[in-house]
Amino acid sequence: MKIVVAIKQVPERDAPIRIAADGRWIEEGDLSYTINEPDAYALEEALQLKEKTGSGEVIVVCAGPERVESTLREALAKGADRAIRIEADDLQSLDTLGVASILAEAIKAESPDLILTGLQSDDLGLGQTGVVLAELLAIPHATIIMQVEPTGAGLKVKRELEDGWFQHVEMPLPALLTIQSGGNKLRYATLMGIKKAKTKELKTVSPTTPPTAPAITLERVYLPEKQKKTEMLTGSPDEIAARVVEKLKFEVRAL
Amino acid sequence: MSGVLVVMEQRSGTWNRMSFEALAAGLDLAAKLGLECTAAIVGDAVQSLPWQSDTQPKTVYAVEDSLLKDYTSDGFVTALEQLIRKLQPGYVLFPHTYQVRDFAPALATRFGQVLISDVIAIHDGPVFVRQLLQGKLNADYRHSSTGPCFVSVQAGSFRAEASSGGSMSMEAFAPALESSTIRNKPGERFRESAQTVDLTAAPLIVSVGRGIGEQDNLPVVEELATALGAELAASRPICDNGWLPMERQVGSSGQTVSPKLYLAVGISGAIQHLVGMKGAKTVIAINKDENAPIFEVADYGIVGDLFEIVPALTKAIQAAKS
Ligand SMILES: Cc1cc2nc3c(=O)[nH]c(=O)nc-3n(C[C@H](O)[C@H](O)[C@H](O)COP(=O)(O)OP(=O)(O)OC[C@H]3O[C@@H](n4cnc5c(N)ncnc54)[C@H](O)[C@@H]3O)c2cc1C
Ligand SMILES: Nc1ncnc2c1ncn2[C@@H]1O[C@H](COP(=O)(O)O)[C@@H](O)[C@H]1O
Repeated sequence: MKIVVAIKQVPERDAPIRIAADGRWIEEGDLSYTINEPDAYALEEALQLKEKTGSGEVIVVCAGPERVESTLREALAKGADRAIRIEADDLQSLDTLGVASILAEAIKAESPDLILTGLQSDDLGLGQTGVVLAELLAIPHATIIMQVEPTGAGLKVKRELEDGWFQHVEMPLPALLTIQSGGNKLRYATLMGIKKAKTKELKTVSPTTPPTAPAITLERVYLPEKQKKTEMLTGSPDEIAARVVEKLKFEVRAL
Repeated sequence: MSGVLVVMEQRSGTWNRMSFEALAAGLDLAAKLGLECTAAIVGDAVQSLPWQSDTQPKTVYAVEDSLLKDYTSDGFVTALEQLIRKLQPGYVLFPHTYQVRDFAPALATRFGQVLISDVIAIHDGPVFVRQLLQGKLNADYRHSSTGPCFVSVQAGSFRAEASSGGSMSMEAFAPALESSTIRNKPGERFRESAQTVDLTAAPLIVSVGRGIGEQDNLPVVEELATALGAELAASRPICDNGWLPMERQVGSSGQTVSPKLYLAVGISGAIQHLVGMKGAKTVIAINKDENAPIFEVADYGIVGDLFEIVPALTKAIQAAKS
């Protein structure tokens, strides 16, 4: 099976966030980046599918500026066969349709059997790019997927639903799945893998279709207002502990 | 282009309660803009569904076909595309459910539009507010195109008064569907093996998140839970990693709890976690990041390193109990 995995590079979770001067995005200069977490699970699923079927190819694709190549290299070190970076220096100027369009163009050229994306990005949290991409490519899709099983002509997937429910869905190939975290155990890159990754192909392509005007625009980002009055407890750990015990005794009545 | 259309959700004849929150958002938006609000419900034989709200949109369309009995993206997108082309609404609102996540982005694409997903507030403009970076920031979005504006609203962000009353007769809308265009075959819904811990009834919960760092550190919070006589719960990444069983997960894909006390340790407070614990009477949060969104729902907040605070707290509780 030929599998394309769309991965996004996002700010590290613990990275300190500062709002950019124009108030429309965050200061990127001082951030460190990593692979979007559900995308790591999408890559893992792709690698395991290739290992299970004993043949095929795993291609990782990312749209973004040059810095995303470090994340693509990491995916190669974990076992992806090839990587494609789609040049997009200013992702912020594109909406979901814009990003999905340039992904669609690059992926179409590969005619994969299966496309995997993460279910949602940690930074924008849109949860849409995969579904839009499937629609643009006119292939079936399923979202929030925990398990993938090839069935001759197609796939049987396990979809997560709300409140601990699941559902199996069968679908023909080619198809697109958006992968939820937790379906597999993630692997680490081995030293051997890291060495090999240096010789693997990482090519850069530029989108040929000019972006259409965005349908939606992000105007302003800001810190959320508190919904509830939170009383902050301060002091040394022992002082804090004593105050919490007081609250537990007299307010929560847990002690 | 005019009007607000709210696409509501049902399964096997039961409303998804979030539908009425989306309806509240739709009615409010329509009133602000001086537009009419209509609603739609998709399925097979849904026209007789009893209405469960005191508020009423102008018309409710029952989008019905036997091919819409079980949800499929292909069926829903095709049917709703036809309804939207007929009604030509300026705005289409949805509850941000898992089902809506599955088809609404594709539906918007059919119109060359982009869904503004998981919206928490709608201000004059209209300006649509959604969260970025797992709740660390808010962002204002505007629709800048001429087609319909597609919006999904987050659970719990818009108030819908629960009501069993009200009546509403629905107008049937029969979409043209062909079974050959529905590519996915959905199976029955199921749950994993029986749950052995029932967090929903626990009066006291200590919940641990990724701030714990590694599995070997778990005893730090386990000891606190034991000292308090509390159940141990966790955020998703802890269960994803297999450090605790999935049945201890709190959140939209785990359990929904409403204890007397929810003590969140090293949990950032992403919305998918918050929806599972917002009903707690008292929330205490320990987090080293003063801007962590968990503090927005906490009654008591402690900014600090859990590895210093939690052992001190465990000791203090043990002392208070003996
Ligand atoms: C469809 C969907 C369903 C989901 N369902 C769920 C669900 O049911 N339940 C759920 O929980 N999540 C769910 N998630 C995931 C959710 O979006 C978040 O990713 C997750 O809740 C984050 O978990 P966390 O807070 O433990 O980790 P993080 O977001 O990584 O937060 C860790 C926190 O620990 C703090 N910290 C780090 N070190 C320390 C220290 N030494 N002392 C004190 N604090 C420290 C950090 O400041 C940070 O705030 C779902 C996501 C999606 C898209
Ligand atoms: N710039 C990008 N490059 C590659 N994949 C992306 C990009 N943006 C989004 N994706 C994919 O789409 C998924 C959903 O992203 P989003 O719609 O932003 O929540 C991510 O998990 C990625 O798999």
